Amino acid sequence: MKRFEQFSASDAISGPPSKADYWVDRSFRTVTHLCAWLILAIVIALLWQIGEKAIPAIRDYHLGFLTSAVWDANKDQFGILAEIWGTLYSSILGLIIGGFFGVVMAIFLTQDFLPPLLAAFFRTIVELLAAIPSVVYGLWGIFVVVPVLRPVANWLNETLGWIPLFSTTLSGPGLLPAALVLAIMILPTIAAVSQDALRLVPYRTKEAAYGLGTTRWEAILRVLLPTASAGIFGALVLGFGRALGETMAVAMLIGNSNQITLSLFSPANTLAALLALNFPEAGKVEVRALMYAALVLLLITLLVNMLGTALMHRTSKALGVKTR
Amino acid sequence: MSAIRAEKTRITAADATPPGVVIDCRIDKIYYGDFVAVRDSHIPIEKGKITSFIGPSGCGKSTVVRCLNRMNDLIKGFRFEGRVRFYDQDVYAPDVDPVIVRRHMGMVFQQPNPFSMSIFDNVAFGLRLNRYKGNLAERVEHALRRAALWDEVKDKLKTNGLSLSGGQQQRLCIARAIATEPMVVLMDEPASALDPIATRKIEELMVELKQKYTIALVTHNMQQALRVADKTAFFSVDISQDGRTGYLVEFGDTRQIFEDPKEQLTQEYIRGEFS
Repeated sequence: MKRFEQFSASDAISGPPSKADYWVDRSFRTVTHLCAWLILAIVIALLWQIGEKAIPAIRDYHLGFLTSAVWDANKDQFGILAEIWGTLYSSILGLIIGGFFGVVMAIFLTQDFLPPLLAAFFRTIVELLAAIPSVVYGLWGIFVVVPVLRPVANWLNETLGWIPLFSTTLSGPGLLPAALVLAIMILPTIAAVSQDALRLVPYRTKEAAYGLGTTRWEAILRVLLPTASAGIFGALVLGFGRALGETMAVAMLIGNSNQITLSLFSPANTLAALLALNFPEAGKVEVRALMYAALVLLLITLLVNMLGTALMHRTSKALGVKTR
Repeated sequence: MSAIRAEKTRITAADATPPGVVIDCRIDKIYYGDFVAVRDSHIPIEKGKITSFIGPSGCGKSTVVRCLNRMNDLIKGFRFEGRVRFYDQDVYAPDVDPVIVRRHMGMVFQQPNPFSMSIFDNVAFGLRLNRYKGNLAERVEHALRRAALWDEVKDKLKTNGLSLSGGQQQRLCIARAIATEPMVVLMDEPASALDPIATRKIEELMVELKQKYTIALVTHNMQQALRVADKTAFFSVDISQDGRTGYLVEFGDTRQIFEDPKEQLTQEYIRGEFS
């Protein structure tokens, strides 16, 4: 690369990068590429292997597996309708509660309601919720949430028992305690991602709202939330994905009973809990069925997460901001 | 919102608002924290005219215009001493809610800032905010026509306002600002982010709009002031008391400011000796 040197003055300092510079540059690029592709490879391998192990069960039970609610290892009858129902029901309940509080928290923490230091403090507290081990949440649910809920639930059952939601009593574990604990567990995710979405709204947009004479709440409700809506929706989907896959706390709190019921106080079951609790003692045939169930869970969560990410990208595009 | 209290306003018979003046702005001092941003400036803004605010950067011309509709109240540490009279109302009176002031003065910003919603909803925003009960579509069309945007968007009112070009976005923002028929429109460098063709359109629009609205225009472009403004306020920066305090140097008819400036500083600025 001597070509350019002939044009430079004799005291020019510019010169070509050394061979080593080029080598470092190239190897760095190779390593990053490898890492990126490795992640993709792991996801594909995971899907492939679980799919492969599930094939015998898929062949035996076909789609009837998804529409039967019987799980009887002695008779080799397997179906996961009750678990799919329980998974979706508990997660949606958790999402409604956790989503509401998560979004409110995000508004509270990003819109200058608190002095900056206090806001940072609260943000840390919310993030800390994510660091509590799942099993601790489960124990807390058993020893605190269930006893607190029981009198309320039973009162609701006595007075409003004709409403399907309150049609049973709460005798211990059940959908509502599981959903409440799920709500708290997904709150940090929802709050964090919603905060990002709200912060992405450019200041000039807020200024436009104030310039038209909005009060603070009008600016938040009429401009800020709609502008960040796709990002907040993405946050909800991500939280939902977490709720769908959450295992330990739910297994401890949901009651593990194959029922399809609307009652909030009835025990139920989820896919993740089914997998966690049945694997240790499963025979060969049941393991295949569990693999099929695992594949279904994996596909549901993957789908939900992909949807969430896609939606988040759409907000940033709509706002004309580059996120990364 | 930070706690802002106007200093006790001193309105006497002697400085009652002259006839034809919509906003009478008398600034003693504008503070950001301890820093004096603007001092001792008096600008009467006359009805149906374009009053331009020119001066070197940092001279506080934007700050002055933004204090008219109390936009600066959003900034922490902002404090206003003096008085702004909108007709006979004291804008900074302790019992005046800034939100109400802003509803009566439309504002157009430097960066086009339509909301991420449909073109229609953008223009209808202020109408809905004020719970307008009449024919929304008619008002929206009226505002868009007056902002010289109707023909370009009439077939796509449902598309997102952000999908328009920069110049169109700015005209959309003007339509949004005038949809509620405010008496005054404040424009803070409305064309500085636009290309020359879009700028020309906005300028033509401003001249058109002054038939109905009183306009306060901040611009860094002297030629723009000369082209559109009836009155011009020239601000400069005082860096003597180790700060950068803006103040009004000269105020008058635009022709007079440009052709026969009274002040030495104005002359130098108009001649392009500093900017």
